[in-house]
Amino acid sequence: MNSILKTITKLTALFSAAVVSGIIFTSSALAAGGTGPEVKRQEWSFGGFNGQYDKAQLQRGFGVYKEVCASCHGMKLLSYRNLMQKGGPEFSKEQALAIAKEATVIDGVDADGEPKERPGKLSDRFQGPFKNETEARSANNGAYPPDFSVLAKARTIHRHVPWYSEPYYWAYDMATAYEEKGSDYIYALLTGYGTAPKGVVMGDGMNYNKYFPGHQIAMAAPLSEDAVEYADGTPTTMDQHAKDVTAFMAWASEPHLNARKNLGKRVQIYLLILALLLFLAKKSVWARLKH
Amino acid sequence: MSDHSSSYVPSNGFTRWLDERLPIIRLMYDSFIVFPTPRNLNYLWTFGGILTFCLVAQIITGIVIAMHFVPHGDHAFASVEHLMRDVNWGDLIRYTHAVGASMFFAAAYIHLFRGLYYGSYKSPREIIWIFGVVILLLMIITAFMGYSLVWGQMSFWAVTVITNLFTAIPIVGEGITQWIWGGYSVGDPTLNRLFSLHYLFPFIIAALVGLHIWALHVVGSNNPTGVEVKSKTDTIPFFPFYVIKDGFMVVVFMLLFSWFVFYAPNYLGHSDNFIEANPLQTPPHIVPEWYFLPFYAILRAIPDKLFGVIAMVAAIVVLFVIPWLDTSKIKSVSKRPLFMPFFWLFVITCFALGYLGAKAPEGYFLLASQLFTAYYFIFFIIIMPVIGLIETPRKLPDSITEAVEGKSGKEGASS
Repeated sequence: MNSILKTITKLTALFSAAVVSGIIFTSSALAAGGTGPEVKRQEWSFGGFNGQYDKAQLQRGFGVYKEVCASCHGMKLLSYRNLMQKGGPEFSKEQALAIAKEATVIDGVDADGEPKERPGKLSDRFQGPFKNETEARSANNGAYPPDFSVLAKARTIHRHVPWYSEPYYWAYDMATAYEEKGSDYIYALLTGYGTAPKGVVMGDGMNYNKYFPGHQIAMAAPLSEDAVEYADGTPTTMDQHAKDVTAFMAWASEPHLNARKNLGKRVQIYLLILALLLFLAKKSVWARLKH
Repeated sequence: MSDHSSSYVPSNGFTRWLDERLPIIRLMYDSFIVFPTPRNLNYLWTFGGILTFCLVAQIITGIVIAMHFVPHGDHAFASVEHLMRDVNWGDLIRYTHAVGASMFFAAAYIHLFRGLYYGSYKSPREIIWIFGVVILLLMIITAFMGYSLVWGQMSFWAVTVITNLFTAIPIVGEGITQWIWGGYSVGDPTLNRLFSLHYLFPFIIAALVGLHIWALHVVGSNNPTGVEVKSKTDTIPFFPFYVIKDGFMVVVFMLLFSWFVFYAPNYLGHSDNFIEANPLQTPPHIVPEWYFLPFYAILRAIPDKLFGVIAMVAAIVVLFVIPWLDTSKIKSVSKRPLFMPFFWLFVITCFALGYLGAKAPEGYFLLASQLFTAYYFIFFIIIMPVIGLIETPRKLPDSITEAVEGKSGKEGASS
C-alpha cells in the first residue's frame, strides 16, 4: 500500500509540474476567448441542497411574467392548475380560475364546423401569445421569443477560470448542489442591459446586453423600476422584478423541487443509518474470522 | 474451484422434490452462500455488486419511463416533461434513471480499473474479462441511445454526429448511414429504432452479466495479491462475509447516488438538452455525456475522420486483447515496480482525455489530446508486452493466508 502511495505522490508532483507549465501557455488564450463578464452566483431561496421556493416571490414573479413577459413568451408546458399546486405560487383555486378565465381557448367545433372559442379552464395549458413561430417572428423583428417552460434549465453559465482549476469548481459545484446556473444567467441577462461600448456596431433593432452571447439581443430591456405593482409591499425595483420573475421561471422548469429536496433529506438520513448499521454488522461478522 | 462438490442439503420435502427436478436452489446456494471467496478482497471488489444494483435500478426505472415515453419527434421531448411534471414522483423516476446512467459508468470504470490494476484479466480469467468488455461496449451503446431519446438539442446532434461517423466507411458508408437513420437524415424512424434497441439492450447486458458471473464462478475471484487460492484457509464463504460487505458498500454508493438525484439532478447533464431538438440549428458545442469524453477526445485528436473513428473504436477493442498483450505472469501491479508508474500514467491519461473531450479541439488542447491518445495506445501495445518481459517483480507471498496473517501471523498462531 505504501509503495502505491509513494508512486501516486511522485506522479502527482510530476503532473502538477506539467500543469504549472501549461498555465503559462493557456491563461492568455483563455482571457481572449471570454464572451462577457462572468455571471455571479446569486442567493436563491431554492438554491443549494436545502433550498425551497418562496411562495410570495413566485406569486410576484408570476405577476411580472403576466404583465411584462407573457405578451411575447409562452409557457406551453404549464397548466393553470399548476398555479395552485403545492410547492408553487400556491394561488387559491379562485385566483387560479380567474387567471385561467382570462385566456381564450379554441376547443372543438360549432354546428357549422368552425373552431369554437371558450374561456380557459384550470386544466388548460397556458395559452401562448402567438399562434405559431411564424407569427411570433413576424411580430418580433424576425426574432423568436423562447418558451419559458424549461428555459431556466436550458441556460447555463461559464466560469472564467484557468483550465487547471476547473476540476476544483466542478467538485465545489457538486458539493454545494449548484443547480441554479440557468437562473443566474437569466437574472444577469435581465439586469445586463446598457449602451453599447464605443466601436461596437449594433444590428438594426438590436439591443446591447453584456451577458448575452455576442452581446446583441433582439429583446429590448424588458424590466424597469415600478414596471409591475406588488400587492405585498415589496419594493418594486428593477432588480427585485428580475429576481422574482427568474424565481418564477425556475419553479416553472422544476415544479416539484420542494418535494424532491424534502424527500431527499429523509431518504439520506435513512440511508445513513442503514449504512452505519451495515458497517457495524460487517465489523462484527468479520470479527469471527480472527478466532 | 469448479470441482468443489455441492454441500447443499434440501431441508424439506418440497425442496427435495424440486432439487431432483430443477436444482435451482442448489445453484443459488453454491453460488452465493457457500461460494469460497478469497479472504483478502478489498473494498474495490464490492463494485461488482454495486454494478448489479445499477443495472437493476436502470431496468426498473426504465420500464416505468417507457410507460410514459412517446418515441416520436413531435412528442418525445414533451412526453419526458409530462413524466417530470404530471406523473406522481415522475421527476424522481426520470432523474434516478438519468443520474443512474452516470453512476453506472462511474462504478463500471472503477471496476475496470480495479481489474487492470490487479491483473484480473490474466489467465485463467480471460473469458470473464472479455465478457466484461462486451458489457462495457453494450453499456456505451445503450447509454448513448437512451440519451438520444430525450430529443433535446444535445440528443439530436449527438445522434447526428455519431451516426455520421459511419459515412467515413469507404464505399458502403453512405448506404449504412441511411439504413441506420431509416431515411435521409436523423428523424422519426431513427428515434423509434433507438427506443426499441434501448429497451432491448439492457436485457442482453443482463444475460451477459450472467455469463460474466458464471465464468467468474468457474475459476473464482482474483484477489489483491494475485496469488491463486491454494488451500481452504485462503477462502471464506461468500455469505455472510461478502454479502454484508457488498451490502454496506451498495448503501454507501446509494448515498452518493441520492445526492445527485435529490439535490443536483441536472449537474451531470447539459443545459442544451432542455432545448427541444431543432434540426435547423446546430448547438455551439456538441459534447457527449461525461462518461464518453475520453473516447470523444480520441476521436477528435486525429484530424482524419476515418482514422479518428478507427482510433475511437480501437480504444475499446484493444481491451479485448490485453490478456495476451500483457506478458507478465504477475497479476497485481503492486508487485510490479517497473510497470507501476506507467499504470498510473495511464490512469492520468484517461482523466486527461476526459477533460480534453469537453474542450474545443484546437491549439494546446488538441496537441494534448494527441499526446494522451498516443500514450493510451502505447501503454497497451508497447509498454504492456515489453515491461512484462524485462521487469523483476517483487516477491509474492506463498499464499493468501500468509499475505493476510503475514505480519501478525506469529501473534495469530499464539492466540
